[in-house]
Amino acid sequence: MGAGHAHKLYRQAASPVHDLPPHCKIAAVFLFVIVVVSTPREAVWAFGLYAVLIAVVAGAARIPAGFLLKRLLIEVPFVAFAVLMPFVVPGDQVHVLGLALSKNGLWGAWNVLAKGTLGVAASVILASTTDLRALLLGLQRLKLPSLLVQIASFMIRYGDVITDEMRRMSIARRSRGFEAKGLKAWSVLAKSAGALFIRSYERGERVHLAMVSRGYAGSMPVIDDVTATGAQWRYAAVLPASALVICLLGWTL
Amino acid sequence: MHVPDGFINAPVSAIAGVGAAAAIAVSLRGARRELDEKTAPLAGLVAAFIFAVQMLNFPVAAGTSGHLLGGALAAILVGPYTGVLCVSVVLLMQGILFADGGLTALGVNITDMAIVTTVVAYTVFRGLVKVLPRRRSSITAATFVAALLSVPAAALAFTAIYAAGGTTDVPLGKVLTAMVGVHILIGIGEAAITALTVGAVIAVRPDLVHGARGLHAPLKLRVGGELVDAPAPEPVPAAARSTHKVRATFIVAALLLAGFFSFYASASPDGLEKVAHDKGIDTQEKKHATEDSPLAGYSVKDIGNDRVATGLAGMIGVAVTVGVGSGIFWAVRRRKGSAADATPTAVPQTEKV
Repeated sequence: MGAGHAHKLYRQAASPVHDLPPHCKIAAVFLFVIVVVSTPREAVWAFGLYAVLIAVVAGAARIPAGFLLKRLLIEVPFVAFAVLMPFVVPGDQVHVLGLALSKNGLWGAWNVLAKGTLGVAASVILASTTDLRALLLGLQRLKLPSLLVQIASFMIRYGDVITDEMRRMSIARRSRGFEAKGLKAWSVLAKSAGALFIRSYERGERVHLAMVSRGYAGSMPVIDDVTATGAQWRYAAVLPASALVICLLGWTL
Repeated sequence: MHVPDGFINAPVSAIAGVGAAAAIAVSLRGARRELDEKTAPLAGLVAAFIFAVQMLNFPVAAGTSGHLLGGALAAILVGPYTGVLCVSVVLLMQGILFADGGLTALGVNITDMAIVTTVVAYTVFRGLVKVLPRRRSSITAATFVAALLSVPAAALAFTAIYAAGGTTDVPLGKVLTAMVGVHILIGIGEAAITALTVGAVIAVRPDLVHGARGLHAPLKLRVGGELVDAPAPEPVPAAARSTHKVRATFIVAALLLAGFFSFYASASPDGLEKVAHDKGIDTQEKKHATEDSPLAGYSVKDIGNDRVATGLAGMIGVAVTVGVGSGIFWAVRRRKGSAADATPTAVPQTEKV
């Protein structure tokens, strides 16, 4: 379990963004996204400014542009949806290159694309500057129910273990000549999923016993409690505050 | 189906967030009762399992493949409360870590993928298990139907949320037909995989399947000395369970019918509309011609009034289903708890709704 969790998501680096307490970052990102979502879609320049803000934060966090862009690919399914939008939305038509596109649809597509991309970018910056344990600690500091945080932390801690177990089962299947082709494979794969569930559940029982034998009584001990100073809160608030200014300008202009 | 930021407007996202938070609070209480202090490790591991199993690809045809959504599977394997928690945690982590699904859309995502799927699947499942004979095959059959319905139900819930606060002007009828149509197909796959998976678990460890607990209770015959010993412990939990369980099941079923299927019923002509639309797909006028007629409820031209009306209906449907449904669950459970305290013979841990 040692180093295996954070690999692809977290980027180790020394930067002012990395040093911020996790709950400040989570709150800042969340507020930023709320502000972005409530910006009117007609204020195109506002979204440009948001993108600049994101780029500045990414620069401060020493996240290379390529890394950020690659992680943005998660959005692709909704991009496809957004591309369809100008064709299916009724309303005033605009003719571009011989295609009849609806104005409303174009605005809608722009709205979803711009806000979605900014949201994803903000989350990516959060995840790549905060390691998983700190993130969970931050959620706890933000008064998420402790049971929920515990469940999340177990999911994160054992996510890789269970995924590896699944991979080993897949290797075992393939080394016995199994090939996942067509519907016939479903029963085999579903049996694997069933076995994976039993293994996960039994592992959960073992984990629980191990915890009880180490004195677990319903809550996890907090070893390194993070606290944020006023200065850190203020520093983290720069992002949502400047976004808010842009948003207000977007509504008034 | 992870909704990104900006797809649903801010007020509706906030309402969905509040609803999701309330449902999670109820589930936290419920899960504590389902698993007591084991909740954290077990629910965490089951969440990890759901997360992993979503990566297990099932080949469909011609190189395409699909994967489980897992709501129905979680509900039937570990119970509705723990199921809601597990899927919600998976969605929360996907949102924060993988940026899959927007942070502001978290409430929307949890409402439709974690809560609606799980609650619909479990309600349908329990209802069917009550009706069907007590056999393993009926558990599998009930699982199939439950998973089959849970996916389009989530699509319906999404459409309802979209109607209330969608930021784009895609006509509601189209969203509905596209979402429900596609998700009925997905639901068939989900149903087959879920049923096969639950069947596989039942074959090995029937005691682990939450939904099959009623099934293995009569099998717990202690034939050590005499058969009298076996029925004695059995009727007590059964009697204590049944009334509340049936009541809760029916109340929830009624709420679901009111919230979702009435919506579905009034919108079902859209299936016809789709056929008409497919036939005359090249002309815009044809589409409007069909949409002008009896399906005015989902008409496109005057988005203003109709959308607000449908939106409100959908919103109230969702709010009533999530809010009142879980409130009643909670109330029933509380009453159950105090009743169990009053009567010393009842065993509080064994009841399951």
